Amino acid sequence: MTATAPLRDVSTESALFETILELIRRTSTQLPDDVVTAITAARKNEAEGSNADVALNVIGCNIGLARVSSLPLCQDTGTILFYVHTPVGYDQLEFREIATEAVRKATKVGYLRQNSVDSVTGKNTGDNTGPGSPVFHFHQWREPHVEVKLMLKGGGCENMNAQYSLPHPDLGGRDLKGVENAILDAVLQAQGQGCGPGILGVCIGGDRATGYEHAKEQLLRTMDDANDDAELGALEERVVEKANQSGIGPMGFGGKTTLLACKVGKLNRLPASFFVSIAYMCWAFRRRGVTLDARGNAAEWLY
Amino acid sequence: MATVKLTTPIDEATIRSLHVGDTVAITGRLYTGRDAVHHRIHTGVKPPVDLEGQIIYHCGPVMVKEGDQWVCKAAGPTTSSREEPYQWEVMRDYKIRGVIGKGGMGPKTLAACKEYGAVYMHAIGGAAQVCAASIKRVDGVDWMDLGSPEAIWHLWVEDFMAIVTMDAHGKSLHEQVFEESRARLAALKA
Repeated sequence: MTATAPLRDVSTESALFETILELIRRTSTQLPDDVVTAITAARKNEAEGSNADVALNVIGCNIGLARVSSLPLCQDTGTILFYVHTPVGYDQLEFREIATEAVRKATKVGYLRQNSVDSVTGKNTGDNTGPGSPVFHFHQWREPHVEVKLMLKGGGCENMNAQYSLPHPDLGGRDLKGVENAILDAVLQAQGQGCGPGILGVCIGGDRATGYEHAKEQLLRTMDDANDDAELGALEERVVEKANQSGIGPMGFGGKTTLLACKVGKLNRLPASFFVSIAYMCWAFRRRGVTLDARGNAAEWLY
Repeated sequence: MATVKLTTPIDEATIRSLHVGDTVAITGRLYTGRDAVHHRIHTGVKPPVDLEGQIIYHCGPVMVKEGDQWVCKAAGPTTSSREEPYQWEVMRDYKIRGVIGKGGMGPKTLAACKEYGAVYMHAIGGAAQVCAASIKRVDGVDWMDLGSPEAIWHLWVEDFMAIVTMDAHGKSLHEQVFEESRARLAALKA
């Protein structure tokens, strides 16, 4: 696609609609391979017949059932988070309209639950749209094509997100030790409530809003992705190792698998602030992606 | 460990014979009820169904209407701790014998389990298809004005699997794991 490719003819709209609908279906029903591999590997560490083993076995069955039946892995189909990279000149407004229509359709056919509620009246809009839903993060880039990544993040794990301000009287100062203690405190507080084994996205720094945003974006990295920053990479490994010695285990039943991965990024901060923002992702880590050709068809499926 | 078969409605003696760690397979009616249902009951509204001996399932399912029939597309447990302010009251006033959810509940619910004879059963969070596979029928729905995920769905289940993590003897697996993990992580502090 060139930067000036027209996007207004109906057939292109239709192709984009179908591609986004398929992206939603795949995301809600098929766990990415890297996550499945991590869960499968974890089961070998648990004692046979233990509650942890039973939990991971059921999780494995569930992954297979959802894929075969093309039904949601988890009934909480979560916050619908689109991360979209577009070339200069691409019509983002139109993308938003078409993707929103695809969300409505996906809700109607049951790939998504009716999951958007007025925060004061409690009224469900019934189609997953409304102020703040779905969520779009648009980024321009110099590539010629559009890339769409989608993450569905359930409320159970979203409720376990945490943000710490350092220094903290119990957790330490403004250094990587303080950061590590803050992350592990979030793991302790979450116990099994975020549907562990979990995957953490972490941001050191930023403000309270960009910190959480960047923490979530860390979850777009694959499970085995090595951190470019060796110091942060070592922190990621330490956090997983220590969390898995906590004994919290899958679902908080006790066991050796509390975290499957931890991904840490950093943003600059104000001299006065030092936030550690932690996005807790459940084992039902639904993220998928696709690149588009000039007509809005899928060029390549990601993850 | 042997699996205990339960059929709803359940009597108090059967519930009191269960212990933390027991695996149960439930057959019969389950009523879903989560945040809005518990809040409404708390404000004094009587539930539209007789809950005596029944189980409340903390779940907001994906439901699709096919013709005249509701079909359950996904139905795993939701986080139970949000019902901690209300659950004990429902145990006291409506004699439910158990709740199914995930993540466990706190001291008020644990005390109510002991006093009124009830248990907390943990399903596998996120395992919406495994749970849905044991839901054989949707027999009805109440309080649809709360929205589909928050409504009271009448589910008919066969061999719905869960693990007892809080019993009527005052024991909670969640309390135990929290205390142990706190001590272990304190020893690992950077």
